[in-house]
Amino acid sequence: MAIGSFFTTFEWSAFINALILGISIASIWLIAALGLTIIYGAAGVINMAHGEFIMLGAYSSYMLQNFLGLPFVLCVPASFLIVAAVGLVLERGLIRYLYKRPLDTLLATFGVSLVLMQGVRLIFGSDPKYIAVPPIFTSNIQFGFVNISVFRLVVLLVTMAIVAALWALFYRTRFGVQVRAVMQDKEMAASFGVNSDRIYMLTFALGAGLAGLAGSLFGVLNIVLPTMGTAYVVQAFLVVVVGGGTLAGSVAAGGATGELQSIFAYFTNDTFARFVLFVLIVVFLRIRPQGLFTPAAKRR
Amino acid sequence: MRADRRSFMKAATLGAAAAVAAPYGFVKSINQAWGAQSWLKKGEPIKIGLLFSLSGGLAVPEEDSTLVMQYAIDEINKAGGIAGSPIQPVIVDAKSDFNVYSEKTKELILRDRVVAIFGCYTSASRKAILPTVMAQNHLLYYPTCYEGAECTQNTICTGPLANQHSKDLIPFMVQQFGKKVFFVGSNYVWPKESNKNAKVWLQKAGGELLGEEYIPLGGSEFGPVLNKIREAQPSFIFSTVVGASDIAFHKQFKQEGFKVDSMPIASLTTGEIETRAMGNEFGAGHFLSAPYFQGLDNPTNHKFVEGFLKSKYGKNGTTHYNMEETYLSAYVFKYGLEKAIAKVGLEEVTPRAIRDNTGGVRVEDAVSPEGLIWIDDQNFNTWLKPKIGQCQADGSFKIVKASAEHVAPDPYSIYPDLGTCTADGLKAPDGKVRKSVI
Repeated sequence: MAIGSFFTTFEWSAFINALILGISIASIWLIAALGLTIIYGAAGVINMAHGEFIMLGAYSSYMLQNFLGLPFVLCVPASFLIVAAVGLVLERGLIRYLYKRPLDTLLATFGVSLVLMQGVRLIFGSDPKYIAVPPIFTSNIQFGFVNISVFRLVVLLVTMAIVAALWALFYRTRFGVQVRAVMQDKEMAASFGVNSDRIYMLTFALGAGLAGLAGSLFGVLNIVLPTMGTAYVVQAFLVVVVGGGTLAGSVAAGGATGELQSIFAYFTNDTFARFVLFVLIVVFLRIRPQGLFTPAAKRR
Repeated sequence: MRADRRSFMKAATLGAAAAVAAPYGFVKSINQAWGAQSWLKKGEPIKIGLLFSLSGGLAVPEEDSTLVMQYAIDEINKAGGIAGSPIQPVIVDAKSDFNVYSEKTKELILRDRVVAIFGCYTSASRKAILPTVMAQNHLLYYPTCYEGAECTQNTICTGPLANQHSKDLIPFMVQQFGKKVFFVGSNYVWPKESNKNAKVWLQKAGGELLGEEYIPLGGSEFGPVLNKIREAQPSFIFSTVVGASDIAFHKQFKQEGFKVDSMPIASLTTGEIETRAMGNEFGAGHFLSAPYFQGLDNPTNHKFVEGFLKSKYGKNGTTHYNMEETYLSAYVFKYGLEKAIAKVGLEEVTPRAIRDNTGGVRVEDAVSPEGLIWIDDQNFNTWLKPKIGQCQADGSFKIVKASAEHVAPDPYSIYPDLGTCTADGLKAPDGKVRKSVI
């Protein structure tokens, strides 16, 4: 790379690595956004506390590991369950009363995010926590010039598994049919005998649980702090908005933005890549404000 | 004049405005307008402000600064305080947000009437509050390393300048590992200035710069940068990444398969607390240049480490250079204030008077955990002994190179044509003196 030049000279091996890295970045952003997609897509709730659910997932992993000695691979699904339970309590206690008032849900979930952040800070302190992983996760795999860290591969595989599981859930199970019915029209679905309230509650818990699962992975990749969620929530919202609120949309949006970020970062630098990416997203939303794949439902 | 409501309101407003503004015509500073007050009063505690981040990404290095200041204040108060009065800290959480730093500075000076502020870690936060500090002619103790290139009359710094840490580190690393370097830093003023300095030292040592990349402050995605580093294959990496990003950098460095023995990271900031946060296996083998390490073998340091870790403030479990420099600043304040009180009397002490009387103040071996240091009487930075340490497998640092002599602080070492910083201002080569240069 020539010093002083803004654009990196092009090298095939590094570019291919950048493409693979782009898939990894896409999977990170996608797994952060999946929970939000479900909550927003199914119930139309804009959950500002999503970043804090991610943070709770990381702290759950830390707690399970430190106080129960659970190995990391078990901490991940356990975090899913713990944060899903928190989401359930939140939905029953607060969100349920605000479905007809989207602006108030925004404010209420923002308040919840502050409470969760400060609560965690009071209980655990604001120093960063350490999550131990099996040594295999701290190495990398190399095929020729292609290089990928094992943990990034793990995150990618987990993301693919979750997307497949969600697709199966929504398109192959009775529960999925009910969710899609409620998404299209809540009152009509209720008149057909679907328990809409229960569906909303379960989807909110599912979305929260997915955020927790993402958080337990991010705690290893990044750092466990009470404020760690704020860095992921912007990306998650971007992916959901560009995707349009459906699962297919989020996958496509996550893939596109992550890959573009990596490619631009390869050619220039991270900061400029971010800037260009945001400009492109704004232009895209101007042309197609509803996002990539919108749900076939009445406009909210 | 018509006797109706509109003209009455006009007259009343003008009258009230004139009444409020009248005192400003006679006095110079805003806090003197409604009755000039002295900063310190007999029998009252001495108030100081602690402006550090206790939450957010910057809490990793900064939280200990507040805790160690409280520890030092307890120590000083137990020994009788300063001139018989105890010190009372006003503790502020800056939340890693530069807007909060600026607002709280104004509050501390105008509302709490603290006589000095101890604060900031990143140069961005320091630059954010300096205009307020200079406008109020107040006093900031900046207790950490920075890039220099400033000559204000309102700051005292107890950390190393670029010519006191990177000047040693770069040639040492070139000698030990090889000529090719890659610079990685957070995207703000300190890494950019430090890299400017480092380029000068690198050229003198005969090294070659392969690349320079900056990550947004607080960012945690290092994949693209590490990809470029793998492509460039340097002998070592010089890192000026700070805060939570530094931890992500070291973790991803190992996870992407880089070997610390063949391509270590040399930094000015990754100390014991960051290593503890990231886990010893990610920190081991990397190098740090700082004047203080927890493992320094002298009786004052042993007493400091034991005393601090056993106290109620020692919850983070380690001592590191940043909080040790903060500890020193408490004693620099004590000695400077004592001199000022002796010179002008308690009631006449102003923050500027404390600063003017701090030139030449020494913190002796018996008090300073890193050994004797003293404040330069021209640019008010610190004379200290730089050291280079390598992180061991248990998280402690082994000193691999230590300077035998104290090194003078030189804030304009790579800008000789700008002049030298004197106590009254920046003196250009043609003799003109400029004040408050940031």
